[in-house]
Amino acid sequence: MHVIVCIKQTPDTAAKVEVKDGHVTWGDAALVVNPWDEYAIEEAIRLKEKHGGKVTAISMGPESAKEALKTCLAMGCDEAILLSDPAFKGSDATATASVLAAAIRKLGTVDMAIVGKQAIDGDTGLTAIAVAALLGWSPLTFVSKISELDPAAKTLQVERLQEEGKQICAARLPAVLSVVKDINEPRYPSFMGIRKAAKAVIPQWAAADLGVDPATVGAAGSTVKWPAIYPPPALEANAEMLDGTPEEIASKLADRLMAIKVI
Amino acid sequence: MANIWVYIDQFKGAALAASWEALGAAKKLAGELGGGTVTALVFGQSVAGVAAEAFTYGADAATVCDDATLADFRVRPYAALVAKLYYEAVVKPDVILGPATARGRDALGMAAVLLRTSAMADGTAVAVKDGALQVTHPAYAGRLLSTLESKAKPQVITLRPRAFARPEPVAGASGPVANVAPTLTEEEIHTKVTGYAIDEGKVSLADAKIIVSGGRGVGGPDGFAPVRELAQTLGAAVGASRAAVDAGWIPYAYQVGQTGRTVSPDLYVAAGISGAIQHQAGMRTAKTIVAINKDAEAPIFKLARYGIVGDLFKILPALNAEFKKRLGK
Repeated sequence: MHVIVCIKQTPDTAAKVEVKDGHVTWGDAALVVNPWDEYAIEEAIRLKEKHGGKVTAISMGPESAKEALKTCLAMGCDEAILLSDPAFKGSDATATASVLAAAIRKLGTVDMAIVGKQAIDGDTGLTAIAVAALLGWSPLTFVSKISELDPAAKTLQVERLQEEGKQICAARLPAVLSVVKDINEPRYPSFMGIRKAAKAVIPQWAAADLGVDPATVGAAGSTVKWPAIYPPPALEANAEMLDGTPEEIASKLADRLMAIKVI
Repeated sequence: MANIWVYIDQFKGAALAASWEALGAAKKLAGELGGGTVTALVFGQSVAGVAAEAFTYGADAATVCDDATLADFRVRPYAALVAKLYYEAVVKPDVILGPATARGRDALGMAAVLLRTSAMADGTAVAVKDGALQVTHPAYAGRLLSTLESKAKPQVITLRPRAFARPEPVAGASGPVANVAPTLTEEEIHTKVTGYAIDEGKVSLADAKIIVSGGRGVGGPDGFAPVRELAQTLGAAVGASRAAVDAGWIPYAYQVGQTGRTVSPDLYVAAGISGAIQHQAGMRTAKTIVAINKDAEAPIFKLARYGIVGDLFKILPALNAEFKKRLGK
């Protein structure tokens, strides 16, 4: 099994995200592996532990994203590659997916690519479906469990989270999966892993290395732009505090909720 | 003048409410763009009833593909059909939109790639500015809003459930139906749906008008009992904070927040939830928030319209008794 994990470096979830001069800033908050991607990394490592083979982590991003890739190595990924080129800047979901798909093709024989459900910065959740579309692989999104996997027969069965519950789906490899939180509990990097990752040299592939025409990626190759980003209007705070005995409080709240017709 | 196609998400022949919200948004948008035809795309098996219902929610026309290969949602045959219909259409739509449900996101996400563009996902508002269509998309878990524009034709958009008003159905409305054939054969589809594990009888978090959520303050799995009882009385869905899910008190499917579900109910009752920023990300767009917490300093009170400082094990049963009485249950 050769499993690719596609990850993104994002600000920490607790970061105070603000907009300054039209650019998003997060002060001195740490940059981390996108929290959703941790489940993708963990699942890939578990597949390797069970079925053998290797796990390669890839990330499209600036030089700083090498730190996130080192976290992947420290957790147990075998190799990590940074996809970085000034031409990639401003890529929309499809342009990003085309860079990831080019890297996956260059990596040769791959059985599966796994991504997190969405990145906590852009929050589009389109990567898995777009990569699957471009590679022509089986698209399996919102996966909460890989219930069966037969690498020799190139088949798998997964459970996918939908509005009504779970859809159980059988598919052929190669496949692109996006995973949700209840698929596993991500491990912490081991001490040995951290030491190994610290010494690792992470290769960097640019557009030319991937055979990607710079005109087809980045802002130039994207149809979707985001001309503005701004904080939402502040919520009206000023809660009306209800007090008294539990029964009095219940009566007051019922009066108010029924008056505004939410019940 | 703008023609709009609306992807109608359905499960076993029943449309999700978010599909009608998308149809309502499409009608409004078509009006703002100088008029045009709004066509419902209804794919599945035995879905004539869904198409008929689409007219009552404002569709001017419907394109129906009723076929065994579409009985279960699989993204490739659905997305390929959207793309094929587009390429073969004599009058092409300017916009293709649909609900940002699990299926809607996938179908239109892949269709967008096949149409050589990128979907504008999970919009919470759509507007026309200087003739250009702008989609508001919450980023960084709703801590920021981004404005999206697409220079592609068609523009492909998914809309967040419950962010748009559901139109009032007009009984007896109807319109022209075009029946079309699927584009992929069963042999060309490399996935098979072998079954479902459906949460029977539960109100889905995504569609819920009312959600009653429990957090760390419920203290354990049994602590969800009063949360569930109040939810049952109110016809509400049950939710939970990450702390309660991570503690193993309730399954992940109930989690509301940045790494769980994003919800926008009319009423959100937060019991024993402190209101960490990650939880707020999932529920701050609720129209009315009621917070019940022992700690008067809990951040949740900053979002709440009504606050109760007290013991949820006393307050929730009192609320349950009161609403049972008022609702005649």
